[in-house]
Amino acid sequence: MKQKLVVIGAGMASGRVLEHLLDADPQAYDITLFNGEARGNYNRIMLSPVLSGDKTYADIVTHDDDWYAANGITCRFGEHVVAIDRAAKKVTGKNGTVSYDKLLIATGSAPFIIPVQGKDLPGVITYRDLDDTNAMIAAAAKGGKAVVIGGGLLGLEAAAGLAERGMDVTVLHLMGHLMERQLDESAGFLLRRDLEKKGVKVICRASTAAILGETHVEAVLLEDKTVLGADLVVMAVGIRPETRLANDAGLTVARGIEVNAQLQTSDPDIYAVGECVEFNNYLFGLVAPLYDQAKVVANSLLGQKDAFVVKELATKLKVTGCDLFSAGDFAEGEGREDIVFRDPARGVYRRLVIEDDALIGAVMYGDTSDSNWFFGLIKDKTEISEMRETLIFGPAYQGGTPLDPLAAVAALPRDAEICGCNGVCKGTIVDAINAGATDLGAVRAVTKASGSCGTCTGLVEQVLAVTLGDDFVLPTSQPMCKCTDMTHEDVRRMIKSQELKSMPAVRQACNWTTPDGCHSCRPALNFYLLADWPLEYADDPQSRFINERKHANIQKDGTFSVVPRMWGGITTPAELRAIADAAEKYMVPTVKVTGGQRIDLLGVKGEDLPSIWADLNAAGMVSGHAYSKGLRTVKTCVGTDHCRFGTQDSTGLGIKLEKTLWGSWTPHKLKLGVSGCPRNCAEATCKDIGIVCVDSGYQISIGGAAGMDVRETELLIQVPTEEEAIAVIKAVTQLYRENAKYLDRIYKWMAKVGLDWITAQVSDLETRTALVDRFELSQSIYRTDPWADHIAKNAETYQPLADLTLEAAE
Amino acid sequence: MSDWIDIAALDDIALRGARVVKTALGCVAVFRTATDEVFAIDNTCPHKKGPLSEGIVHGNSVTCPLHNWVISLETGLVQGPDVGAVATFPTRVENGRILLDATTLRARAAA
Ligand code: SRM
Ligand SMILES: Cc1cc2nc3c(=O)[nH]c(=O)nc-3n(C[C@H](O)[C@H](O)[C@H](O)COP(=O)(O)OP(=O)(O)OC[C@H]3O[C@@H](n4cnc5c(N)ncnc54)[C@H](O)[C@@H]3O)c2cc1C
Ligand code: SF4
Ligand code: FES
Repeated sequence: MKQKLVVIGAGMASGRVLEHLLDADPQAYDITLFNGEARGNYNRIMLSPVLSGDKTYADIVTHDDDWYAANGITCRFGEHVVAIDRAAKKVTGKNGTVSYDKLLIATGSAPFIIPVQGKDLPGVITYRDLDDTNAMIAAAAKGGKAVVIGGGLLGLEAAAGLAERGMDVTVLHLMGHLMERQLDESAGFLLRRDLEKKGVKVICRASTAAILGETHVEAVLLEDKTVLGADLVVMAVGIRPETRLANDAGLTVARGIEVNAQLQTSDPDIYAVGECVEFNNYLFGLVAPLYDQAKVVANSLLGQKDAFVVKELATKLKVTGCDLFSAGDFAEGEGREDIVFRDPARGVYRRLVIEDDALIGAVMYGDTSDSNWFFGLIKDKTEISEMRETLIFGPAYQGGTPLDPLAAVAALPRDAEICGCNGVCKGTIVDAINAGATDLGAVRAVTKASGSCGTCTGLVEQVLAVTLGDDFVLPTSQPMCKCTDMTHEDVRRMIKSQELKSMPAVRQACNWTTPDGCHSCRPALNFYLLADWPLEYADDPQSRFINERKHANIQKDGTFSVVPRMWGGITTPAELRAIADAAEKYMVPTVKVTGGQRIDLLGVKGEDLPSIWADLNAAGMVSGHAYSKGLRTVKTCVGTDHCRFGTQDSTGLGIKLEKTLWGSWTPHKLKLGVSGCPRNCAEATCKDIGIVCVDSGYQISIGGAAGMDVRETELLIQVPTEEEAIAVIKAVTQLYRENAKYLDRIYKWMAKVGLDWITAQVSDLETRTALVDRFELSQSIYRTDPWADHIAKNAETYQPLADLTLEAAE
Repeated sequence: MSDWIDIAALDDIALRGARVVKTALGCVAVFRTATDEVFAIDNTCPHKKGPLSEGIVHGNSVTCPLHNWVISLETGLVQGPDVGAVATFPTRVENGRILLDATTLRARAAA
């Protein structure tokens, strides 16, 4: 007589079990299949394309009524199993009881619901099955606002789908970056950027306090008291194994139903499969391991030996335009090394994590075409030391010995893109070389390759080497200082690509020959690190020149000068009085009006600095950074306030600019001027950034100077509104901060990267916004008064360590 | 004969930093290197009297803040192409305290 198999749950895992079982032996069992949902098995992971409208339910059904009928399966769909009686070997559904010889529990998971007030309001939906999907589609048809709680795989797919259907969507995520379990911060950032391009707003570190509404959801309240209006709330904060039945039946349950490698529960006649199980402390949330389990269950039910093993997992996100892949373990750790490749222009990011000469993790964003190959290396624990140099470029560059980077470049097809910023292919470069451009400078001039962000300089040089053969001599470019052979540009590139976040890391990675650098490289590195990693890197005062360490300008006799800010050159009687008082109190020998529209107190003793600052602070004045490689002055003219020719409020704009840019560190000093009309009384066109107001808006030009070189600015862009002018200026400042060599003023940097490239970057709205965001992120730390800070924290260090004048005089 | 004076705690000087000790005949600069070694030298640069305690400390050297002469903290000798020297003074670190030798400080006063 046929044995009776009862299956609880017609999901993706049990669907596979049935296929294997029926393939192997259609006669082995008499099968009854219960399912809580009122339908049979469908491809649950394709619900997101259904939500976004790319597919219909019919497209994703895997087992239709005919299939169940043809295989003689008794279907009890829409019927929850409510109890298992192990002694009597019976299960009870809503519509009656059936007995079994073998039982398979495949109940999947239940969405986790955060226990906040309002969670049960109509309009709050989880995302698990077709009914949820249909509810979202219905809600989206009415338009309005959706808040998705949870920035993991499910939440983001829901958000993208709802946005696709025209809703105004905000994703709330508790952690610092999206999909933190699968992605590192860099990839999380790119993902966020792409989602934002689709109109999905993202708020990280957002903790939901309550869901508000009377009869239907109306809003979501965050811990920080933000209130977000919502017509629909999707809760996608995670899942937990559906174990209620197993618990009630007295099976061993930890987080999931515990099973052995044969997927047998603590009751030998009961098996469990899918997301409801726990095996060796592992839980499962993706289908790949469930399919492995399914095979083992089928074999076990047929009395054949088989064992389930846990394998590496890979994640992909099914949102069009957000191409990501992650697999393995990519946490940082001792003995682990990273290889990182970025192409900022294409939004490509790849990170490989290596341990013991094997790849153990990979994160890819933007271009995941080689993901399967990398995943294979992880799963097979392939030894990679031989191909390490070229590993990051993927399989196309491997094979054939010896594996050196030159061979890899030689193997590149003609249409392989070398320079992402300018879209220059290998073929174009080779043609230029053959036509006589035989060094980097010439190739750059002819093709623009490596002329922008410069990250591909090494590749271009390799193309030169490959094409010219022995005729090619690698240019001996000027190293940063005697501590390293690398140029400033190389080091900056390393800091970004290898994510070097401390001076020791830079010195290690760039082969420093001195233990802690010298007076020439340390200030440069300090700047590069704080500009590239504002949050992670802490400014090192000991690596700064004295002026920036003591926030005052050292004089030839060892005294200091003190220059308070006068925003946009505007002062008040009260400020002037305070300056006069301070000058008298500290016996300042010289008080001078500077060339930058403010007042300099020269000859202040080092010990007096904290006190004179305190007095100036008390009158509302802050450091003028007259000493810094950072924002100096914003010179203005009177503009529309008083002048009969003024076209815009140049004084007001100057003050706004100074208030938003002050405190920021830049490769060299940064001076601005804002003139109210082309008569240009603020001399804006010989500043690093000059703004000349005209009737139709603001002409922003850059690259001026009036020191050792006198230069006129060149037009960057003209914009109609003040708001846009400020955004452009912040963006160009950030671009300069991120790319220029330390001690290059804007005009020198501009000569290297080209004004066209700079214009292109700040004209592109997305790039501009991203630059502004990064600038603001940095300013969230640096837009403060160093004087106040030093008075509070280290006034003591301005005093002598000890006074032995009496002792020594004895 | 040495006569050690307790000057201050080691932590009163930043790593790769310096502070001055005032004496009747001018300031002595006391340096703390990255490896917690402590050196004391005359604070006045042999070039144009720049205050050496305000310089950047690297390895066992300091760079003068005014015109970048590099001076060895161990020997007081100016490094590289420039020539000159500053006086050095014995130091000790005991139980996290910095000690200077009063005898040599006085000898300096006498010189
Ligand atoms: C105080 C001031 C002169 C004055 O009495 O007016 C001044 C004083 C110094 N300037 Fe200047 N510059 C001053 C306005 C200028 C200007 C005019 C301007 O900003 O409109 C220029 C030409 C414009 C320009 O920068 O392009 C100017 C071009 C320079 C240069 C040449 C920069 C260049 O790229 O060629 C240096 C040298 C350097 O920075 O490397 C310099 C450096 C210096 C230093 C910091 C030299 C030093 O490192 O010790 C001087 C400090 C004197 C002191 O002991 O305080 N100063 N300096 C002005 C302060 C303005 C302020 O309020 O912050
Ligand atoms: C929107 C979405 C997108 C996803 N995307 C991916 C992806 O891209 N890649 C990937 O690998 N995975 C993805 N997943 C996860 C994947 O769908 C699950 O891992 C998989 O479906 C789990 O299979 P299962 O059989 O264990 O559970 P399920 O497929 O959930 O099936 C369980 C079934 O049991 C039924 N049931 C529960 N309790 C009872 C009861 N007491 N009586 C009767 N029936 C019961 C339920 O109604 C359900 O139909 C996604 C999931 C969702 C929701
Ligand atoms: S012009 Fe020369 S001397 Fe005059 S303040 Fe500027 S740097 Fe000093
Ligand atoms: S005073 Fe020290 S280098 Fe000139």
